[in-house]
Amino acid sequence: MKCDRCDKIATVHELTQVNGVKIERHLCEQCAKDTGIASTGVPAAASLLGMSVNITTTRVAACPSCKTTFGEFKQHGLLGCADCYRVFENQLAPLLARAHQGGDRHRGKAPRRMLGEATSPETEPSLVAELAERAKRLAALRNELDGAVKSEQYERAARLRDELKRLSSQAQRQGHEPRMDDEGRGE
Amino acid sequence: MTRGGYYEPPKQPPSEPPPEWLKGEGEASDVVLSSRARLARNLAAVPFGSKSGPKERARSLEMCRDQILMASLSERIVWEDLHEATPMKRALLVERHLISKQLSKGRAGNDDPRGVAYSVPDERLSIMVNEEDHLRIQAIRSGLALAAAYREVDRADDLIEAGIDYAFNRRFGYLTACPTNVGTGVRMSVMLHLPALRLTGDIEKVKRAADGLCLAVRGFYGEGSEAVGDLYQLSNQTTLGKKEGEILAQLDGDILPRIVEYERVARRELLTKRRALLEDQACRAWGLLTNARLLTTEEAMQMLSMARLGALSDILPMDVKTINGLFLLVQPAHLQRAMNKDMDQEQRRQARATYVRAKLARA
Repeated sequence: MKCDRCDKIATVHELTQVNGVKIERHLCEQCAKDTGIASTGVPAAASLLGMSVNITTTRVAACPSCKTTFGEFKQHGLLGCADCYRVFENQLAPLLARAHQGGDRHRGKAPRRMLGEATSPETEPSLVAELAERAKRLAALRNELDGAVKSEQYERAARLRDELKRLSSQAQRQGHEPRMDDEGRGE
Repeated sequence: MTRGGYYEPPKQPPSEPPPEWLKGEGEASDVVLSSRARLARNLAAVPFGSKSGPKERARSLEMCRDQILMASLSERIVWEDLHEATPMKRALLVERHLISKQLSKGRAGNDDPRGVAYSVPDERLSIMVNEEDHLRIQAIRSGLALAAAYREVDRADDLIEAGIDYAFNRRFGYLTACPTNVGTGVRMSVMLHLPALRLTGDIEKVKRAADGLCLAVRGFYGEGSEAVGDLYQLSNQTTLGKKEGEILAQLDGDILPRIVEYERVARRELLTKRRALLEDQACRAWGLLTNARLLTTEEAMQMLSMARLGALSDILPMDVKTINGLFLLVQPAHLQRAMNKDMDQEQRRQARATYVRAKLARA
């Protein structure tokens, strides 16, 4: 959703009710700051005229990582990132319990990093360790390559790119086979 | 193909090997066509699909693809970049249940990078990348074999996770774009062939019972597809609060054996008490499949369903494996691949009838 005042993404959503009439505003962080949204909710004119007003203002939180709001989630049924589950934990909990027949807490498998060991005893621990090691090397190389490109060390970047290519093609030789089409294999 | 009323079987089209899960082997394969286990997983460091731009999608694709290919998940794995694949290729993969309709529908080109890895030649394991979740790992087996299918995805999951940080938290488990998958992220499903329960009118009871047990009943092509050919996909709907083994035990050890037995009893009753009806249905289907000159996919599947029931009841001298294969081979993309040309709907109806006649003439 775009900001009401500029083209940026709206991350602050204000819903004001004045005597039962709803007023919605959707603003980006900067415009929200500029307009002082949610800090002074009383419309000046009403206040000056001495009208009796009943005002409630809600500032809707957006996920700081992906900017998803709970309203967006309710509209589309999809969350934007892992952090959404933390940000909207309290609102999500009752919905999840309803959707999962009362199940409100995970009781199943957990990733190895949470347990500090291979998740399933049947999965070969040495293979898991080897894969973890190789993935670490790939990730480190990718980081180094990013750094080299940013600091314009092009020779080093070329060397790192070759190394990356070698490592990932090694992976592909082990796993990758020609496509169905290339083999003339019909489906 | 008729000359002065004389029927001549059409020339045999090229043979197309169906995937392993359509072989009609394994436990309870008279009722259970196939079993599938699927895990939904996401990367911790990249936003989920709906909030991912082209750059982020390219990053998740690269991270997942590298790890999948490195992980030695199967003896031979094929990788397809789906954003570069032809519509025909994508349609074939959908019909083979290797990718979802949703994944096939994305845009072409680099702003919507997505892919699939699958094991060949068995096509038992497939891993979709950048669908609703970054990773959808699935294994399909012939017959009632949910435990084996789950073991296979569990192992693939461990080996992929060795090099990737998954989105996970202790309260909600594996975090997914849609919270209906959160927790274990596991969906276990079976493809059931229930023609006798439809003929006896008891199929609605099964659907109501499944609904009461929080199980989803869907068609041959999953979510949003109608049940054609008396094929029903039954799967767990809840993923949070139960262990994977508990979900498996509920389906595998309790609900499914009961449904299988219910269908078998209905078949026996038809055979003993309403044999004329059963023979009539099977022989009409045989007559249509071997004589029709135009066939829609739905009609072909419905007739194949009755032929399958007839073959399993020893009314028709047919090989069940051939019929299982035809459920797939009459689908539009497979038909066009077999005929080696693009065809419109009308041409396909004619080609489908010709193709089925040729296949059955040989069988």
